[in-house]
Amino acid sequence: MDISIKDYIRKRFFPHLWCPGCGHGTVLNNLLRAVAELGIPKNQIVMVSGIGCSSRISGYVDFHSLHTLHGRALAFATGVKMSQPHLNIIVPMGDGDALAIGGNHFIHACRRNIDLTAIVMNNRIYGMTGGQFSPLSGKGILATTAPFRNLDPAFDTVNLAISAGATFVARTTTYHFKEIKEYIKKAITHKGFSVVEILSQCPTSFGRKNKLASPVEMLKFFKDTTALLGSKRLEQGPDLIPRGIFVDKEVPEYTEEYQKLIKRVQKNT
Amino acid sequence: MKEQLKFIQGNEVCVEGALYSGLGFFAGYPITPSSEILEYLSRRLPEAGGSFVQMEDEIASICAIIGASLTGKKSMTATSGPGFSLMQEALGFAVMAEIPCVVADVQRFGPSTGLPTQGSQQDVYQARWGRHGDHSIIVLTASNHQDLFYITVEAFNFSETYRSPVILLLDEGVAHLREKVIIPKQGEIPVIERLRTSVPEGVDYHPYLPREDGRLPMSDFGGSHRYNVTGLFHDMWGFPSTDPKIVHGLLHHLVDKIESNVNQIARFKEYFLDDADFVIVSYGSSARTALHVVHSMRRKGEKWGLLELQTLWPFPCSLVREKCEEADFVFVVEINMGQVVHEVKRCVDYPEKVYLVNRVDGEFITPTDIKNITRVILGRGV
Repeated sequence: MDISIKDYIRKRFFPHLWCPGCGHGTVLNNLLRAVAELGIPKNQIVMVSGIGCSSRISGYVDFHSLHTLHGRALAFATGVKMSQPHLNIIVPMGDGDALAIGGNHFIHACRRNIDLTAIVMNNRIYGMTGGQFSPLSGKGILATTAPFRNLDPAFDTVNLAISAGATFVARTTTYHFKEIKEYIKKAITHKGFSVVEILSQCPTSFGRKNKLASPVEMLKFFKDTTALLGSKRLEQGPDLIPRGIFVDKEVPEYTEEYQKLIKRVQKNT
Repeated sequence: MKEQLKFIQGNEVCVEGALYSGLGFFAGYPITPSSEILEYLSRRLPEAGGSFVQMEDEIASICAIIGASLTGKKSMTATSGPGFSLMQEALGFAVMAEIPCVVADVQRFGPSTGLPTQGSQQDVYQARWGRHGDHSIIVLTASNHQDLFYITVEAFNFSETYRSPVILLLDEGVAHLREKVIIPKQGEIPVIERLRTSVPEGVDYHPYLPREDGRLPMSDFGGSHRYNVTGLFHDMWGFPSTDPKIVHGLLHHLVDKIESNVNQIARFKEYFLDDADFVIVSYGSSARTALHVVHSMRRKGEKWGLLELQTLWPFPCSLVREKCEEADFVFVVEINMGQVVHEVKRCVDYPEKVYLVNRVDGEFITPTDIKNITRVILGRGV
């Protein structure tokens, strides 16, 4: 399929602010391809983001875009979706954005099963503020606030989302860009709260401190340390990070249930 | 809908006012003494075809109403002191992005957890200055149920007119009091609807370019104009900008659109001010007590009067100055350590004639309190 990405971006907003070698452009590219292939009209999409490198993605796209507060994107998105349930809401977030300051909103959006598409662009670092560790950095990494190596264990985004009740949960990396498009397409189509975690490289703030200074090294790292669900490689390598679709189930969606409630109470009054 | 006579709680009056204004979305989190607003709306809003959601906290609640407002719905949340503190960052966002919404803060006694079930008027400054950065905001209050109904409708009207969050600063005394209120029939008092752009599809729409009258027509999310909304300084398209000219212009716009309309926004009531030697300035529940004192003093032949403020911010300086001009003494009655009193002193020609009359032990101020304190001030002994 020949897709003109230019139709989906706001040229006025470019050049983007991401560093050379950043993985977020790969996410943007494949997100737009996913939307184009689904054929959703641009007026039907609202992109809601928080604060951080990842959140700037919402300004670059020619959809309705709402660039909000650090950690609060899912809360703003809940208001948009509750008011206009027919709209498609995509919520790109960074790892600190989604799971540190925004952790509470994340688990409750999962629990409600409200039809939002959450994309966690996980580069394991606070890039915009200069490379502090995040709750997804993990033990042992070096960061500007972990000069003696990080003691904080990491969340597993996928397990957290599943436990909290998300009804579509997938993970991939910027190396596996075809999976990005495929999973985002499925996530947008899915009726209910969907989470796509995308491991994305930050050579500038994460890589340089952790012996992965070049983007190529970081992409190779994603290739070497992950394996598809159900693959032999994963079976033989229990330490590998699994990729794939972990959950995809049908559960009553929150805004649909609320619309039913409105009909029910209006009939009784 | 026909005119209705009700005997209800202040929090419920606030709900009636919001529904009368066409409330379409409410998000909230339980907190005393505002929870009844949340409870009533969980029932009434879906009946009216709107959406209600109980969020995970106050931060999420205000964020959700801002998101909903962008889709064209009149939106509201309600809280009290601790929750109001949590909402400040997002209120700043609504100021910056110019999103109409209404936040009811039913004041309880603080600081911190304080006295959760007891009232106060301690959030006057938080309502004005709770956010970081320079800005202006509209804060309204009322002392009785009929006024509360009108002022709630006014809050929604101002939020649409000025594209600004409006804070309804209630206090526990009024919120939990039950008294008579008449809900007017629809159309009897003006309800201002969202001003939407007339720019047709395909033509460049500038969401942040004010019209000649200063107003900014909106376009609903999901409609034909796709634009960017951000808490960053932004240009007329909503795109981030660090251009000093744009930054300077936007900051002035945010402040001026409210401060230059002080007289249009000022709501107040006055009692016996024409010949008053002693002027009480008060607001909210303490204005009820003050009015009682004024009546009682008038019966004794003393010329007392009351200026009851309903708009607290932007502070109606010239109004206060004018009404206090002829008075020998000005008593500011409030249930805090002195907040509005500083504004009154700032506005009058002779600040030394302005005195704070307050009570800060968790109890409501009584007529006897006001009489005793003013007697001491006037050198009459207790």
